[in-house]
Amino acid sequence: MTVRGVKNDAEVELEHSAASSLARLRPFVGLAVPLLAVAAALAVGAIMLLALGTSPIEGYRAMITGSLGGADKLADTAIKAMPLMLVGVGICIAFRAGVINIGGEGQIIAGAILSTSTALLVPDLPSAILIPMVLIAGAIGGGIWGAIPGGLKAYLGVNEILSTIMMNIIAAHFLSFLLQDLLIAEGDVKIQQTERLSENADLPLLPGGTRLHLGFIIALLVAVAAYILLFRSTLGVRLRAVGHNPHASRYAGMPVQRSIVEALAFSGACAGIAGAVLVFGSQSHRLIGEGGAAGFTQSAGFNGIVTALFGGLHPLATVPASFLFGAMLNGGIAMQRAVQVPSAMIIALNGVVVIFVVGSLRLRERLQRWFDDRVGIETSKERA
Amino acid sequence: MSVSTVPEPKPTSPSITPMLEMKGITKRFPGVIANDRVDLSVRPGTVHTLLGENGAGKSTLMKILYGLYQPDEGEIFFEGKRIEIMSPADAINHGIGMIHQHFMLVPTLTVAENVALGLHPALSRADMGPVRRRLTEVSDQYGLKLDPDAYIWQLAVGERQRAEILKALYRDAQLLVLDEPTAVLTPPEVDDLFATLRQLTADGRGLIFISHKLHEVMELADEVTVLRDGEVSGHTTPAESSREHLAELMVGRSVSLTRDVGVSEVGPAKLQVDNLYVRGDRGTDAVKGLSLEVRAGEVVGIAGVSGNGQRELAEAIFGLRPVVSGSIAINGEEVVDHTPKSVRTNGLAYIPEERMKDGAIGDFTVAENLMLVGYKEPPFARRGFLNLEKIKERCTDLVHRYAVKTPTVETPTRNLSGGNIQKVVIAREFSSEAEAMVVAQPTRGVDIGAAEYIHEQLLRQRAAGAAILLISEDLDEIMQLSDRIIVLLEGEAMGEVMRGDATVGEIGLLMSGVR
Repeated sequence: MTVRGVKNDAEVELEHSAASSLARLRPFVGLAVPLLAVAAALAVGAIMLLALGTSPIEGYRAMITGSLGGADKLADTAIKAMPLMLVGVGICIAFRAGVINIGGEGQIIAGAILSTSTALLVPDLPSAILIPMVLIAGAIGGGIWGAIPGGLKAYLGVNEILSTIMMNIIAAHFLSFLLQDLLIAEGDVKIQQTERLSENADLPLLPGGTRLHLGFIIALLVAVAAYILLFRSTLGVRLRAVGHNPHASRYAGMPVQRSIVEALAFSGACAGIAGAVLVFGSQSHRLIGEGGAAGFTQSAGFNGIVTALFGGLHPLATVPASFLFGAMLNGGIAMQRAVQVPSAMIIALNGVVVIFVVGSLRLRERLQRWFDDRVGIETSKERA
Repeated sequence: MSVSTVPEPKPTSPSITPMLEMKGITKRFPGVIANDRVDLSVRPGTVHTLLGENGAGKSTLMKILYGLYQPDEGEIFFEGKRIEIMSPADAINHGIGMIHQHFMLVPTLTVAENVALGLHPALSRADMGPVRRRLTEVSDQYGLKLDPDAYIWQLAVGERQRAEILKALYRDAQLLVLDEPTAVLTPPEVDDLFATLRQLTADGRGLIFISHKLHEVMELADEVTVLRDGEVSGHTTPAESSREHLAELMVGRSVSLTRDVGVSEVGPAKLQVDNLYVRGDRGTDAVKGLSLEVRAGEVVGIAGVSGNGQRELAEAIFGLRPVVSGSIAINGEEVVDHTPKSVRTNGLAYIPEERMKDGAIGDFTVAENLMLVGYKEPPFARRGFLNLEKIKERCTDLVHRYAVKTPTVETPTRNLSGGNIQKVVIAREFSSEAEAMVVAQPTRGVDIGAAEYIHEQLLRQRAAGAAILLISEDLDEIMQLSDRIIVLLEGEAMGEVMRGDATVGEIGLLMSGVR
């Protein structure tokens, strides 16, 4: 396909139809590239399984049946996907506004602490009031924990990657401190956990007889809300404008600094809701610490970043992406049991997938740009 | 150096046999033919001008000549022999020198060291003696006055250009390519450069001069080759041609080069600047005690070589840069230290000089860029939610009204040409119905057709009663559009002239500091 100043009508026609058929292909690039990356990662995983002397076919079969085989398995996968979805949606907001939020872990913990404290303070409120309250408390906790590095970046120029990581460490140790002292359950055995929280705050199970609870609906609603925020609201225009080009945003009269704080606050709020869901949707209905670190987060603060990148930083695409990662987490456990591989193998496999997916993102971007340019060239080069 | 010192051309007339011949050069990139069977021949002792819009294929052709690209088809003959140029080193060895638009000099080294760079391996400062001697010879021969021991960072732009030319001559370049060498110079510096170039041709060297300034082409060129969309659209000489004819060859249709400014009714002052001091990035005052006034229905032009406080002035007016002292008023309202948003609310629109950095967001769609300022206003948004239908309606209308060439309003803006991106910015700012506007370098890097259109729109705003402060390095643009012209030098107003009261020469003298 060539572009020239002088073209006859047939050539123009041909190019336009070529361009529009290219344009139709473009959306698939976004899906195909990461899926191929996952496939490639699983191929590497197969080699690792062979090296361990186990059958990759058997292993992967166990992984699939363990994560997708039946209503219970699917529900467990959805439960694993929930925090990834919530954190990932928040990551979409921050990254779109040009802020790299690595502080999901800390924001989950902050949300969990504030929502747990709420439930401990007013345990007797009816569910219809207490559940919204703990969720909002979670959002506020995570939001504040995000807004702090946001403010540091916007007004003092502190690199948000460093400060959000530091905020993770602060949150983890603060939680550990609280669980040794203020929030620890009464009793003789001193375990780092709260007492069983008010039953009024338990997230109710969804009909269907599985373990799936209200948190799933909440995660979906947050994803939709984030989509509306980013693409249908004036605030979203501002956040995305600042993310793409702070200079032009400033020239257009937008408050760039405030936007950075807002983006991290919204991002943190999503992670904070994940914190509340992890506590009140858990089977123990307690906030549990594991040594110095907080085990209850399931590392969703980090895995949520990969989930969001996998979903192309689109809140709605993050929903299926979180399912894929949820399935791998859930299926990994089944695989471990079925083919008797060490748990380190599952962690390694997840790591391989993350590396392949993150590595493929640049390729996807280049392919999409290539498509855009192909489609754009014909029309933008046409002269009067 | 003045023009009078130029020696008479040697009696031997320029020889007929070309020193460089590029035959049938074709270069394809994915989806585009950048050069399509381009022929170019340069005779020794002549200036051959390569003329064309952005994207016409000039720089691709020159990159092929300099060994940066390999042609897909075609042959290059130099001094009668067929040659392959595989790298810039090859080109230099053949005697081809290139003066890039963005200078290729190491600022922390001296002129002599820069010249020696790449020629003598592991040269120490003690070995610079012969280099300096030879350099002084060359610079004396061509009147290129320059201290060989001066560091590049100490030199003014015109002097850096001289260092670049010296570098090429030191390597005994027989054919010199100059890529828009006048873009960074004041008119007197341009005169000096032209005198040097004439001396080089008198010496039998060949020059390829790349420019889009038609009057320079008419003045300097012996031959002109015009490129359009990768093909040679014309080959002519200034004697057989005219500026209008050259413009037509470039654009492919007839273009009006003169603007019918017309008379507009001048109203009350809309933008007033009084005794303004603004600090530059280096910590010194970039604007020093400037006062000016722009009234409704009037274009006031700020002339001057860039870097003399124009950017700082514009940014200060728009609230993007703190003001040291002085006052700025829009519609009589003091706006010093206001935010850009509040300045906009007071009725100022702004077309920034760097359109891709400050004017538009490349990854945003055309529609999003058109709404970048007004996205919150009803009916485009209500209670914080966008009305996408109304936005699309409005943007489609703007795209038509401002003749933006884009497939749809949802196309990413970065896919548009420079001229069309500028039209998007102009459509957004002009449609805001601001009473005052600061317009910086509105047609820089924009093709002639789009520039013509942008100028029309600017004059339409003036006729509608807008007060326009026009900042431009392009003296022709300033002279054509402005009712009054203020010449800025090192942050100070060198003088103010009315339209028609001054020639380019007189303004050029003011620009270089001669009152």
